[in-house]
Amino acid sequence: MSVGEDQGLPSPQGQGAPVAPGASARGAPARRPRTAREARAMRGPYGRLGQAVEELDERLGIARGLRVFLDKIFPDHWSFMLGEIALYSFIVLVATGIFLTLYYVPSVSKIIYHGPYAPLRGQSVTEAYASTVNLSFGVRAGLLMRQMHHWAADIFLGAIVIHMARIFFTGAFRRPRELNWTIGLTLLILSLANGFIGYSLPDDLVSGTGIRIMFSILLSIPFVGSYLAFFLFGGNYPGTAIIPRMFIVHVLILPVIIAGLIGAHLFLLVRQKHTQFPGRGRTARNVVGSPMYPHFIAKTTGFLFMVAGVTAVLGATAQINPIWQFGQYEPYKITYAVQPDWYMGWLDGALRIMPSWEFAGWGHTIPFVVFLPAVVFPGLIFTLCFAWPAIERWYTKDYSSHQLLDRPRDRPKRTAAGAAMLALMMTLLGASATDVLANFFNASLNTVLWTFRVLVFVDPIVVGLLTWRICLEMQGAPGVGRRKRAVVISRTPEGEYVSTPAAVRPGDERPELEPVPVPAYITFEPSRVNGEGRTEASGRRGGVGVRRVPR
Amino acid sequence: MSDEFETPSGHGAAVTSLPFDDPHLQEPVRHPRRTEAVIGIAFLIGLLAFALFGAVYVQNWPAWTYGLTLGIGMLSVGFGMAAWGKYLMPQGPFVEPRESHESSEQERQAALASIVDRGGVAIKRRKVLGGLLGGGLGIFGIVALFPLLRSLGPLPGKTLLRTNWRKGSLLVDVNGRPVHRDDLQVGGIMTVFPAGFENNTQDQAVDQTVLIRAQTGNLVTRPGRETWAPEGYVAYSKVCTHAGCPVGLYEQQLKLLVCPCHQSMFNVVGGAWPVFGPAPRPLPQLPLYFDENGYLHSQTGYDQAIGPSYYERE
Ligand code: FES
Repeated sequence: MSVGEDQGLPSPQGQGAPVAPGASARGAPARRPRTAREARAMRGPYGRLGQAVEELDERLGIARGLRVFLDKIFPDHWSFMLGEIALYSFIVLVATGIFLTLYYVPSVSKIIYHGPYAPLRGQSVTEAYASTVNLSFGVRAGLLMRQMHHWAADIFLGAIVIHMARIFFTGAFRRPRELNWTIGLTLLILSLANGFIGYSLPDDLVSGTGIRIMFSILLSIPFVGSYLAFFLFGGNYPGTAIIPRMFIVHVLILPVIIAGLIGAHLFLLVRQKHTQFPGRGRTARNVVGSPMYPHFIAKTTGFLFMVAGVTAVLGATAQINPIWQFGQYEPYKITYAVQPDWYMGWLDGALRIMPSWEFAGWGHTIPFVVFLPAVVFPGLIFTLCFAWPAIERWYTKDYSSHQLLDRPRDRPKRTAAGAAMLALMMTLLGASATDVLANFFNASLNTVLWTFRVLVFVDPIVVGLLTWRICLEMQGAPGVGRRKRAVVISRTPEGEYVSTPAAVRPGDERPELEPVPVPAYITFEPSRVNGEGRTEASGRRGGVGVRRVPR
Repeated sequence: MSDEFETPSGHGAAVTSLPFDDPHLQEPVRHPRRTEAVIGIAFLIGLLAFALFGAVYVQNWPAWTYGLTLGIGMLSVGFGMAAWGKYLMPQGPFVEPRESHESSEQERQAALASIVDRGGVAIKRRKVLGGLLGGGLGIFGIVALFPLLRSLGPLPGKTLLRTNWRKGSLLVDVNGRPVHRDDLQVGGIMTVFPAGFENNTQDQAVDQTVLIRAQTGNLVTRPGRETWAPEGYVAYSKVCTHAGCPVGLYEQQLKLLVCPCHQSMFNVVGGAWPVFGPAPRPLPQLPLYFDENGYLHSQTGYDQAIGPSYYERE
């Protein structure tokens, strides 16, 4: 900036006393340091970092927020990690996905293949398919990125489901967290949709069949079905619009919404703070655990790397969706043992076991055989999930806020309901493999089909009742779930057996301490009193931090 | 900056201090040296694996080496970091208060009053203007949806009823070769299209038809279809009436066409009636005849909509 630019502008201070340019708000002299020593002295005890924080704090007031952020407490329980898996696989998805968009061509124009994959040369394929094959074989690390992306998607959805199961079974969805439960469910649904759209993009034979089924599902909706299908596909199936449209939805529209909702999810989590299991010193009015910095940052960043590492190893060693083996989608070509990705399996299973009901009359047809399992059923399931917090509130008449988690066994009915739901989903997932199972067990398809038609009703009931019973049993048995300690069984000379708990080995169990606030200062001096009223510093680095410690 | 520490309590966290040997600050492991060594080795493996990934990339070694080096690198580094955090960092337990977010009753009232009363004054004074504005915005909201939704595609109209099969269409295979009466053995199957439409994906999707040559004696002809299957040649739409997959698996012994998607089965010698699975309707049949040279043609198009059902279907 040249000096001249400033000329003629009124001073920002108006008529007030002129302030030396560059002076800090606290009136420190804005003088250039002449020597390195002087510069160091001016930066203060925390050096360049201290200076940076001070500069930023002057302008934006970050210090207080930073401190709260660094001190945020994370409860230590393994199950809190499940959501992290979801978050980190999303990061892997975005990173690998950006790579893939650079090479993928969303077009169904036919070209003659001339790429690096020899068996395909000279064949007429769509650009979408050709570019997917090419990025797998012609781009360095391309295959890895594609397989990582696919694996990460499968892990992402799995982690969401397990994370939500944890939230459900421990009652973390209760007031005041109903909103975050709703956001989480929305994320699940959007991710399901984006997963399906994603594996449909390569225009290979298997995924093309999936899109065909999707078109038919849309058609099955009464009154508006054919309009919906025609609008989405830009005309009759297959058309040329669906691949480019799915592409923009997959890489822009849904990811932006998902990322935004993840942001909201995390914001609410920070704002409302974590739930925690009851325990020593843990109340509804506090959070006990380890601090964001350095403990949690280290663990969670490590975990991010581990999740990414697992997808990379899977991407390297476990082949997924080898589209070059399936071939280009042609509407008249058939595939054997078509199975969608696992998270769509329950819908496929529901389609398979539905009896062939259809209403026809008065010049109209309603194919219940498709409409009920593929539209009404998932609608009901998700509505039930969305409504669950309200349902439970209404049933238990418990309208109060909850910060402490339930142990699943202490809420037998809720646990039974959740287990029944999971059993239903698992059974439907199994039903999506009727043909494979029939082959495997050498049973007739009819037997397998009817088995699943029965199981789909029996499984949830049996699993629900069993879970309920187990919960009750566990409530009655003291010490269940607690860490076992060795027991010594000895025989008295009279032949009587006596069991005595073995002594705790040193270091085996940490003494349970009363939780304390995260310290900002750590003094390097043996303690006389436990931290009370300490203002003096000793030790090299301690001396820097502990200049004055107000009470 | 020194004075700034004395923030009034209640804002931000309290500033506290602990002595270095406080039990809350101790590492939770029994053998810190050993743990340190393990973490060190993990970091070292990570370092080597990442370097190896670089080499793999430059040399373009086989595809799996990319992921393995990258994955092992990330796993080791990640493991090391997590272990560092878990075993070599103070475990506390630490605590922070969970303050309630509720505003006071007064603040709530004030917020509501601002919306309702302050806004109300302005709007209530100009009811007509407000009504006009509301109406205008409402109409804008609705019509703005028109281009967004309606432009997406054509209205279905009768499109779902149509195929390219006409009176006298010549049956050809996917390469455009006409189908002759000698082309199929008894029990043979092929996919056919109307001549001139065999190359286009859009046409293939609706026109695809399976042609099967059945034993004449086996055929059970439905009333009104007596002439549809000359010399045992039957042709059915290949689009499954369940969810539209191509019905292309032919079970020769049982004379069943099987859909690979949800295993609907259609009885080939009985008018393709569904005998198993979720398909609710038979596959539409295409009536055939031979011309004087022995080539197959369709007598007419399909007598009904092909493929899965929809609301407007008769
Ligand atoms: S599409 Fe043929 S059985 Fe479902």
